[in-house]
Amino acid sequence: MKVTKIALILGLASTLPHLVNAATLEQVTKKGVLNCGVSTGIPGFSATDSKGVWKGIDVDFCRSVAAAVLGDASKVKFIPLTAKERFTALQSGEIDVLARSSTWTATRDTSLGLNFAGVNYYDGQGFLINKDLGVTSAKELDGASFCIQAGTTTELNLTDYFKSNNMEYKAVTFDTSGQTIDAFKKGRCDAVTSDASQLYGLKIKLDNPNSAMVLPEIISKEPLGPVVRQGDDEWFNVVRWTMFATLEAEELGVTASNVDKQLKSANPSVKRLLGVSGKAGENLGLKSDWAYQIVKQVGNYEEMFENNVGKNSPLNIDRGINNLWNQGGLMYAMPIR
Amino acid sequence: MNNSKLPPTSKGLFNSPQNRAIIFQVLSLAVVVLCIFYFVNNMFDNVAKRGITTGFSFLGETAGFGISQSLIPYDDTSSTFLDVFIVGLLNTILVGVIGIVLASIIGLMVGVGRLSSNYLVAKLSLVYIETFRNIPILLQILFWYNVVLAALPSPRQSISYFDSIFINNRGFIMPDPIFESGSGFILVAFLLACISVVFLAKWATKRHDLTGEEFPLVKVALAIIVLAPLLVFFITGQPISAEYPALKGFNFKGGITIIPELLALIFALSIYTATYIAEAVRAGIEAVPPGQKEAAKSLGLKDHVILRKVVLPQALRVIIPPVINQYLNLVKNSSLATAIGYPEVVTLFSGTTLNQVGQAIEIILMTMAVYLVFSIVISLLLNWVNAKMEIKGR
Repeated sequence: MKVTKIALILGLASTLPHLVNAATLEQVTKKGVLNCGVSTGIPGFSATDSKGVWKGIDVDFCRSVAAAVLGDASKVKFIPLTAKERFTALQSGEIDVLARSSTWTATRDTSLGLNFAGVNYYDGQGFLINKDLGVTSAKELDGASFCIQAGTTTELNLTDYFKSNNMEYKAVTFDTSGQTIDAFKKGRCDAVTSDASQLYGLKIKLDNPNSAMVLPEIISKEPLGPVVRQGDDEWFNVVRWTMFATLEAEELGVTASNVDKQLKSANPSVKRLLGVSGKAGENLGLKSDWAYQIVKQVGNYEEMFENNVGKNSPLNIDRGINNLWNQGGLMYAMPIR
Repeated sequence: MNNSKLPPTSKGLFNSPQNRAIIFQVLSLAVVVLCIFYFVNNMFDNVAKRGITTGFSFLGETAGFGISQSLIPYDDTSSTFLDVFIVGLLNTILVGVIGIVLASIIGLMVGVGRLSSNYLVAKLSLVYIETFRNIPILLQILFWYNVVLAALPSPRQSISYFDSIFINNRGFIMPDPIFESGSGFILVAFLLACISVVFLAKWATKRHDLTGEEFPLVKVALAIIVLAPLLVFFITGQPISAEYPALKGFNFKGGITIIPELLALIFALSIYTATYIAEAVRAGIEAVPPGQKEAAKSLGLKDHVILRKVVLPQALRVIIPPVINQYLNLVKNSSLATAIGYPEVVTLFSGTTLNQVGQAIEIILMTMAVYLVFSIVISLLLNWVNAKMEIKGR
């Protein structure tokens, strides 16, 4: 009896469809909800507010994808992941898209079975120190102890930087950014190193934010962006063009408040973006109003940036290189046509 | 099986219960092997289709990140992921060994104390056991870590002893011994002292068997082991010196540093595990028939001699099996170190390394193998001790 049971299970198992290359778009539409991997709490990028609502630029990106695919920005299930869990969660299909300030590197792009859909924030690694340390430059940090998050590019850059400047350091690594900043508060280390944007977010979490400062040095390039599984081109396109749509909307001056008026715009680019003309949405396998839904429900890139990390947020980070290409920044959307 | 003793009702391959048993065993085994083969094959198929790199070649790549504590030389710019694995492994072993020794000592004392006739000692032991046994180990690790960190000053305000031992929130920093030429003699002297103690012990037992006289073995042995190397140390002209830690820049340079993560982890693990060991000790002692103690007492033996020579040897037979489990638990619980950033095998290898190279299957398999080997070694060792302790029929 046991043998026949096992044989039966074996036979059933072999008929199960392979999960590889499964159409994520189809699955998300069927489920009616987008599983989006975010951080466990980085202010400005993805963190819950006092009411338990997820807020941040990465969170808004998740909502944009949901708006484009499902027509409803609220149909997102946020799955908080630590740095070391994030790629496995994506590989194994636990999440559909990862929007967790992950740095686009060659190794990650080529050996993990992942694809980076673009860059939604150009960042660089910096240092947060206590002011009473009396240090004004990273070059003076010889022999210092650093609190870092395990499994990040930060860890590797730190080694490179200190090696190339012939200095020594001690690393104390933690699982989450919360533990990292806690240890810094208790004086376990002299400095925290992470992406500069995150440091501003961590700084406002301190008991006395004015006691700490971010050093001027930026020691690395950290292009952060959403990630999808390799081998699902349809879904890859959806995620990539969702990002472009938010940038294009900013460039064309389409905002959440004026998007309804813009539907009647005579500008051919606006018409194509909002699905009044052209077949951009259909070609992506979405409805023609995909971009309209993104802008209407979530906003364009400028609105996401300013509300979460820019001047309308406590972080107050300057647009800098994250401005549009025609404003002196690096943000450039491929034309929607 | 009893069936095999029944005579077969008729001849034929399938009619013999023995044959049938073998055939079914073989069939089941084949199915299990097929299953495993199918799942493994399926896994590699999926992994290959997704373009995820497989294999163990990543072990030879440069790791490129810093580790806060390493028992072997580790350089963050040239050491490989294999070195990271070994560093993590040794750090786990370090916690395991220190934790097991401390937990056994505390457990034995508290377990004996629990049965003490002294009211205060007995009640204190009870409170200790009930408190620490009922708080989850993860909370205790975090508690000790925060207590240790909160209690200690910054490097510049270090507590110092004799200008050579410094305590601050980066750890306990003490002089690092430097062995110069001639220090080998001290090691030789130490080894010789140890060997002579073994012979002394044999002689003392023999004399005790013959004459019944007690020899103060522990005191004499300690004296020999300490004095002999010390004597050689002065004869050879003090060849061991020390590198003293000194405050330079942000922290102390030189010396040996014991990081606070290690302290917190060992505190938490040994205090937690000791409660279970104490209960096992109590059960063991209570399992010794009271008549044994009464008989020993009637011979005029003192209480501590009764405990050491009559009760504990018999109690050990009851104590060892449950204690094996506690040792295994302690080693496995050490993986919770990931919560406070102590660099042991789970934190370093299935954490940081996994994220840097992304090869989950290989890395998780290796980590599981580590704990499997640890568990097997600990149980084999203690089963051997247990077999030695068993009552031997004469």
